[in-house]
Amino acid sequence: MSTTTTTTPTLILPSRAPLLTRTGWGAWLAALIVLCALVPVLNLAVPAGSVFHLSDFAVALVAKIMCYAICALAMDLIWGYTGILSLGHGLFFALGGYAMGMYLMRQIGTDGNYKSNLPDFMVFLDWKELPWHWTLSDSFIATLFLVVAVPGLVAFVFGYFAFRSRIKGVYFSIITQAMTFAAMLLFFRNETGFGGNNGFTDFKRILSIPIATPSMRMTLFVMTSVTLLLFFLLGRWLVNAKFGRVLQAVRDAETRVMFSGYNPIGYKLTIWTISAMMCGVAGALYVPQVGIINPSEMSPANSIEIAIWAAVGGRATLIGPIVGAFIVNGAKSWLTVTYPEFWLYFLGALFIGVTRYLPDGVVGLFKKLKGLKGVAK
Amino acid sequence: MSIRIFLALAICFVFGNAHALTPGQAKAIAIGEGDARIEALRAAVAGADDKTVTFIQALSDDAVKVVAGNPVIVKDDKAVDPVSGTETALPDSAEDVMNNNRMRGELDTALASLKLLSTDPAVRLDAVKTLQGEVDESKLPLIDKAFAQETVPDIKDRLGLLRAAALLTSSDKTKRLEAAKLLAESSQAVTKTLLIERLTMEADVQVKAALQFSLSQVESRLAWGDRLGAIFSGISLGSILLLVALGLAITYGLMGVINMAHGELMMIGAYATYVVQGLFQKYAPGAFDWYLVASVPVAFLASALVGAALERGVIRFLYGRPLETLLATWGISLMLMQAVRSLFGAQNVGVENPSWMSGGVQVLGNLSLPYNRLVIVGFALAVLGGVAFLISKTRLGLFVRGVTQNRPIASCMGVNTARIDTYAFALGSGIAGLAGCALSQVGNVGPDLGQGYIVDSFMVVVLGGVGQLAGTVYAALGLGVLNKFLEGWTGAVLAKIAVLVFIIIFIQKRPQGIFAMKGRSAEA
Repeated sequence: MSTTTTTTPTLILPSRAPLLTRTGWGAWLAALIVLCALVPVLNLAVPAGSVFHLSDFAVALVAKIMCYAICALAMDLIWGYTGILSLGHGLFFALGGYAMGMYLMRQIGTDGNYKSNLPDFMVFLDWKELPWHWTLSDSFIATLFLVVAVPGLVAFVFGYFAFRSRIKGVYFSIITQAMTFAAMLLFFRNETGFGGNNGFTDFKRILSIPIATPSMRMTLFVMTSVTLLLFFLLGRWLVNAKFGRVLQAVRDAETRVMFSGYNPIGYKLTIWTISAMMCGVAGALYVPQVGIINPSEMSPANSIEIAIWAAVGGRATLIGPIVGAFIVNGAKSWLTVTYPEFWLYFLGALFIGVTRYLPDGVVGLFKKLKGLKGVAK
Repeated sequence: MSIRIFLALAICFVFGNAHALTPGQAKAIAIGEGDARIEALRAAVAGADDKTVTFIQALSDDAVKVVAGNPVIVKDDKAVDPVSGTETALPDSAEDVMNNNRMRGELDTALASLKLLSTDPAVRLDAVKTLQGEVDESKLPLIDKAFAQETVPDIKDRLGLLRAAALLTSSDKTKRLEAAKLLAESSQAVTKTLLIERLTMEADVQVKAALQFSLSQVESRLAWGDRLGAIFSGISLGSILLLVALGLAITYGLMGVINMAHGELMMIGAYATYVVQGLFQKYAPGAFDWYLVASVPVAFLASALVGAALERGVIRFLYGRPLETLLATWGISLMLMQAVRSLFGAQNVGVENPSWMSGGVQVLGNLSLPYNRLVIVGFALAVLGGVAFLISKTRLGLFVRGVTQNRPIASCMGVNTARIDTYAFALGSGIAGLAGCALSQVGNVGPDLGQGYIVDSFMVVVLGGVGQLAGTVYAALGLGVLNKFLEGWTGAVLAKIAVLVFIIIFIQKRPQGIFAMKGRSAEA
């Protein structure tokens, strides 16, 4: 009998990538300084006539786009990294917005058109007291909780049933579209208690501070910037962790992941819920700055636009969707003013062009050009 | 107005043997205190002749003036004597005859009761409908006379009911009992209101019981009408969904292409119908009724060509990447919508029903099936038959199925798979065009036409299962009927939400739809 020597095989796992590279951290800090220090100074301290003055309009536009960028980031986590295209993220955005909107409606107090304690539309409908789902709307803390919890819960329940029965691919996309469509119909009804097709508007104050002052606007702007930058770090952390690697494996070969002993449901459900919560936060930041929320935010067209922001920037890059949100929405606010009839042609061409010629988006194109330059040297 | 006078003249031929209108009567109707005039009017109606009809019609049209204390009918700036018919010049001193609302109501009722004896069945039917709900015993002799003369069964039935309604106002108890019994046969919604109204006024116990019995009879019959009506509108909606989904069943079900621009291909079909309608109006107004027949192939070809261009230009580069296809076709849909807005404007355009499609069949008292809906149900079935034949019996269908099942082998056998893809996609798009052509007959035609159906039609395909036509048919009709039933119960919006929730739950149980393709793939 011969003795066999067994050597224990050693498995060398790649070490965890750093959250950001040195240059990455540099860029991140630079963005933080620009958004949280430079912009407020240029907007508030520099006088209006100066060349360096940043107009209120520009600040409002950037703030709005940053809210969209958070949605695009959330979309990237679920679509770019997990391969699940959601056409219902507009719903989560709107739910967060409605949760915040309810609080802002209560903050109007008796300053509405009807001088009633109830929101105007309830007086108009001849309601005598707040419906049950408005119970928590007086408290700011509860509102902050609801902004995250409501989209999270809806996403969790929906995702649980969808992923459990292994609905995937285009089926899942279509079902999410049906979900946001159904929710839009529901919110259009006056009886639902969310202001019907007018939604909420005419906000006066937040935390009893008037909402339309320059300093309040700047505070919201800075909060949005910080949220976006932090969510970016959160995204980096998630996709670099083992969790994120399993997500990418699910995207590339879900069956193989299952055969390797992983149950993808938990992973998919977690990232789906996180993504929905991020959208909810974006909605909550969006509503006080834009000053209105109505059911059209839930229209299928809005949700599908989120996907194009991510696709234009470049999927599975995290920075790409943010860039994409800025490119598309920048173009939108410019074109809808200068050539309004041209905007839909542009958007349509963008959908086709990006999917056909730029599968990796602008960031992918940038990387490719850099690579070509490297080869040429 | 001239038409109405003509109508009145047409009626006149019936009254060959009636009493003549006397100058005294004419004067009493036209001039004097309200009550006296109404009295005179009623008396004149009882013994009416052609001149009475003309005179009353003229009164109701405000064409009667008073010249020197005598009423005259004004016709083409001439004063015509209502009795003798002699024409004189109209003096400036002529005074208008004032009719208050009560008098007008009386005039209308009088005209309607006279029209009951018209030779034109449509006029008679109209008259019966006008009289419903405002008859009393005084009209009984006239109604009896009309009833005896009537030959059209439908109008005769209605006259019978009218007679019963008049009898109900009688002071004679036996007559009221008889009327209650007669009314039990009715299946009209007005009878129900009439019975309820009389029930509250009736004092006699026996008559009350008879009325109650009749009411329950009528109500149960009406309920049946409602139920059948809901089923029919469900089938009608289902047939539209079927038309919309049939195209998708080919492009998505067989080819696996998610086409979000499917609704816009329908819109192109509808606009093609609109253009054909315009051409017919301009160049062949005589054949206008047949424009729809001509627009069916035009709509098919227009959408099929656009579909073929899309397949060649965009979709073929995205095969095997369904999510990208979804986004690209969404982009296409945006561009198509904007293109239609640029060409035809953002407003809805008007597409008329041809005359043979307006109107409907009266099945029950409260259930009438509009011809346009019936035509669409038939059209959907015809398209379904055509598609089934094309897919299962023709060479093209064979190739499409072959390419769907195994592309490399089909290619090895010499099938030009790329061309088959284009043909199949064009076919699916063309069917979308046919759906648009059908939709133009029941709904608005505008740039947003397709948007409203896209979610529904994908639901049909998802529910029916991918890969065959039978599931699509069952799913479309099932969803249509379910939707309409829930609509009657909860209202349109909640019904839609309930259906969507139902589909989501259903897919839990059967992720592959009603009819799943059998296979062993772990991905399925």
